[in-house]
Amino acid sequence: MPAPIRLRELIRTIRTARTQAEEREMIQKECAAIRSSFREEDNTYRCRNVAKLLYMHMLGYPAHFGQLECLKLIASQKFTDKRIGYLGAMLLLDERQDVHLLMTNCIKNDLNHSTQYVQGLALCTLGCMGSSEMCRDLAGEVEKLLKTSNSYLRKKAALCAVHVIRKVPELMEMFLPATKNLLSEKNHGVLHTSVVLLTEMCERSPDMLLHFRKVWILVPQLVRILKNLIMSGYSPEHDVSGISDPFLQVRILRLLRILGRSDDDSSEAMNDILAQVATNTETSKNVGNAILYETVLTIMDIKSESGLRVLAINILGRFLLNNDKNIRYVALTSLLKTVQTDHNAVQRHRSTIVDCLKDLDVSIKRRAMELSFALVNGNNIRGMMKELLYFLDSCDPEFKADCASGVFLAAEKYAPSKRWHIDTIMRVLTTAGSYVRDDSVPNLIQLITNSVEMHAYTVQRLYKALLDDISQQPLVQVSSWCIGEYGDLLVSGQCEEEEPIQVTEDEVLDVLEGLLVSNLSTPVTRGYSLTAIMKLSTRFSSVNRIKKVVSIYGSSIDVELQQRAVEYNALFKKYDHMRPALLERMPIMEKTASNGPTEIVQTNGETEPSVPDTKHPPLVTQPANQANDLLDLLGGNDVVPVIQTTLPTKPASAGGELLDLLGDLSLSSGPAPAPSVPISQPPFLLDGLSSQPLFNDISAAIPPMTAYSKNGLKIEFTFERANPNPNIAVITIHATNTTEADMTEFVFQAAVPKTFQLQLLSPSSNIVPALNQGSVTQVIRVLNPQKQQLRMRVKLTYTHKGSPIQDLAEVNNFPPQSWQ
Amino acid sequence: MQFMLLFSRQGKLRLQKWYVPLSDKERKKISRDLVQTILARKPKMCSFLEWRDLKIVYKRYASLYFCCAVEDQDNELITLEIIHRYVELLDKYFGSVCELDIIFNFEKAYFILDEFLLGGEAQETSKKNVLKAIEQADLLQEVCGLCPR
Repeated sequence: MPAPIRLRELIRTIRTARTQAEEREMIQKECAAIRSSFREEDNTYRCRNVAKLLYMHMLGYPAHFGQLECLKLIASQKFTDKRIGYLGAMLLLDERQDVHLLMTNCIKNDLNHSTQYVQGLALCTLGCMGSSEMCRDLAGEVEKLLKTSNSYLRKKAALCAVHVIRKVPELMEMFLPATKNLLSEKNHGVLHTSVVLLTEMCERSPDMLLHFRKVWILVPQLVRILKNLIMSGYSPEHDVSGISDPFLQVRILRLLRILGRSDDDSSEAMNDILAQVATNTETSKNVGNAILYETVLTIMDIKSESGLRVLAINILGRFLLNNDKNIRYVALTSLLKTVQTDHNAVQRHRSTIVDCLKDLDVSIKRRAMELSFALVNGNNIRGMMKELLYFLDSCDPEFKADCASGVFLAAEKYAPSKRWHIDTIMRVLTTAGSYVRDDSVPNLIQLITNSVEMHAYTVQRLYKALLDDISQQPLVQVSSWCIGEYGDLLVSGQCEEEEPIQVTEDEVLDVLEGLLVSNLSTPVTRGYSLTAIMKLSTRFSSVNRIKKVVSIYGSSIDVELQQRAVEYNALFKKYDHMRPALLERMPIMEKTASNGPTEIVQTNGETEPSVPDTKHPPLVTQPANQANDLLDLLGGNDVVPVIQTTLPTKPASAGGELLDLLGDLSLSSGPAPAPSVPISQPPFLLDGLSSQPLFNDISAAIPPMTAYSKNGLKIEFTFERANPNPNIAVITIHATNTTEADMTEFVFQAAVPKTFQLQLLSPSSNIVPALNQGSVTQVIRVLNPQKQQLRMRVKLTYTHKGSPIQDLAEVNNFPPQSWQ
Repeated sequence: MQFMLLFSRQGKLRLQKWYVPLSDKERKKISRDLVQTILARKPKMCSFLEWRDLKIVYKRYASLYFCCAVEDQDNELITLEIIHRYVELLDKYFGSVCELDIIFNFEKAYFILDEFLLGGEAQETSKKNVLKAIEQADLLQEVCGLCPR
């Protein structure tokens, strides 16, 4: 048999093929030749044949019949054979196949081979694709090699150990002793791989991490190595654009990050070196920026001092202005990670971030969008929303859903006015309507319901939008719902915010019926329009037309529509007397996260089931912008501390109205939802139950809370309801001190949002004795006529061990019973 | 690093190194899809992208794309340097390397990669040492005789 053709000859031949079919033919011919050669157990040419097979495998052709041949090559004594054999094993075998276990013995022998390059091959293969069984069998050998003085092998053993640990975590312990003096090596390869190994161990085992941190005190060692890298002169062997071994620097910084995380001492020990790297690294090339990037990640993750954090954020800010796209991308990613913790610092770079929305690169745009949403607050909402809406108009479809959801969320939180809010919603629905998520529709409807004074404006704008375009389902659904609810406002032309349009009942019904028959409407949308038409039967006079439409759909193929139509038909016929009540204007809906009524029910031991939202009169219907008052308070320096007074005062009479209302209200019965009631009505369930004792019961059940606990000072709040005014919460603060020194000149101040009133009575004393030997008490009275969620900002000043201390804190965890 | 792929502008694979256990079928699918995604990107776009749940770092050198999939905690910028270092090693070894060198000597390209990275991490940060090791290993191959190439 002639000698099999050489590898390069084959490659050349295959490349001359002009079509896929021609190539396939050549390959098949060669494969057949190789197969027969394998069958002949030819040792001489096995290596050549396997190499050819690997080439064909890379082209995408099957090569499984060569697997066993790779094993034979590995077992051969010739280095050439081993080289190709191991390569073949790594390419053709994977650990799912039983065949690969046959390698174990060969690898074991080769790990102990006299030639380091053979040992290297074995380590490489094991470290690349060793299965758990193989790792278990050979871990001992790897550990032995980890202790060798041959740095060529030591570095490979370290990475092999990393793989073993990943596959069989329980084996981590056995490598611990060998790692002891890895870092005293001079060889950079060993240093680098050792740092990788130590990193892997720290990440996987908190015990190891503690051990390295406290027992081996790894941080100073790493700091020293890093310092040497930076300070040492030019080293040609490791230099990359003027920086010495950036790969090692980056890995050390990453390990430092893990060691410094949530540990003050370690963080302090690395403070200086981090500052040094951050300020001295050359930033003209990618290498330098890679190191800076890692440094920034480390600074942000450990317990660094604020100066260092600001330095880090400023580096990111500079990155944002870099011409290199990659750097900008990396900056945006990092800022996204830190925006929660260092919000103000990131805000300073807001305009640059917003500019990135216009970047051509998809990844950068996405990052910039996420970051922009994180930066929106009450102060910048108008400007930011303009940019974000512009982005929504022009961005790729893949962004639209997320952007729309983000806009809704931000608008809900920070809308400066109802009109602005509605306009923003309209803008999103009309420009990106088909990408809006389905769950936004009910949220939007609820929002619209709650903006009572905007109903006419809203329905008018939605109606006009419908006239233009009925293809965007979320828009159509919200519009039909509103027209159904507020159609009467639409035809009566009551709009105040803009020029009212002239619309007749028939025109409105035309539009709604059009939705029912249109091909563009989904079944859900059709359901919405049918219900809307039905609701208009109590708001419009053209009842007959509506009756006709409804009866037609009684025989619709769509089961959902059919059911609705049949039931509505029944309403017209047998239950006509109930129709007006049933189809009345919806009351203002509460958000599903309400916990008012059910809580109070429980404390009273009542077992009434929680009543569904739509039947409830509201607890609070404050417009969104009043919530901003709290944000203004918390965000700025305009905290108005309440002046202490020594005079107790009578509760304000505002609360008295509540008692009156309670007395007059009666339980309404029947299927009709309660009519929408004025603001500050107590929850429905309480009606009919006696008022005063009820509130007293509640007050007995208001749990105390810890408002502040820091540096040994703890402040607890206990509650009572002022009798007879249930609008006033009486809070007694108890300040205690667990440190060994007294806190003298202790002053407690508090501020509340503008809708509340607060009064601070005089404290029992202004010394908080040490070691909990006593406490300072002080009474606060909070008037909360609108039953808003209680929030408070407190300012504490005192002297401790001779130094004055001041602290500001927000108290948000008031139990709901204290303000409801 | 989870894997590294080298492919031409026509989407032909020139090298594939996998550091995670995946079946041949899975590897083929990932390669095909990822190659398509990267080839579809415009020249001015950034070198990083999120693809499926992976971080991808890629760079084009002449007619070859070098593409790595890295873990979440990995530094993308230094990965670019790793890619660059590998290219430098190939360049030094072949003398002004071009795609054809890698096509005709693919096994050498693997050998060099395996002296530079192990299990997805860099094992040697000195260019000189990697090249020295390859040189020695090549010598060993010669001396062993009977190089059936």
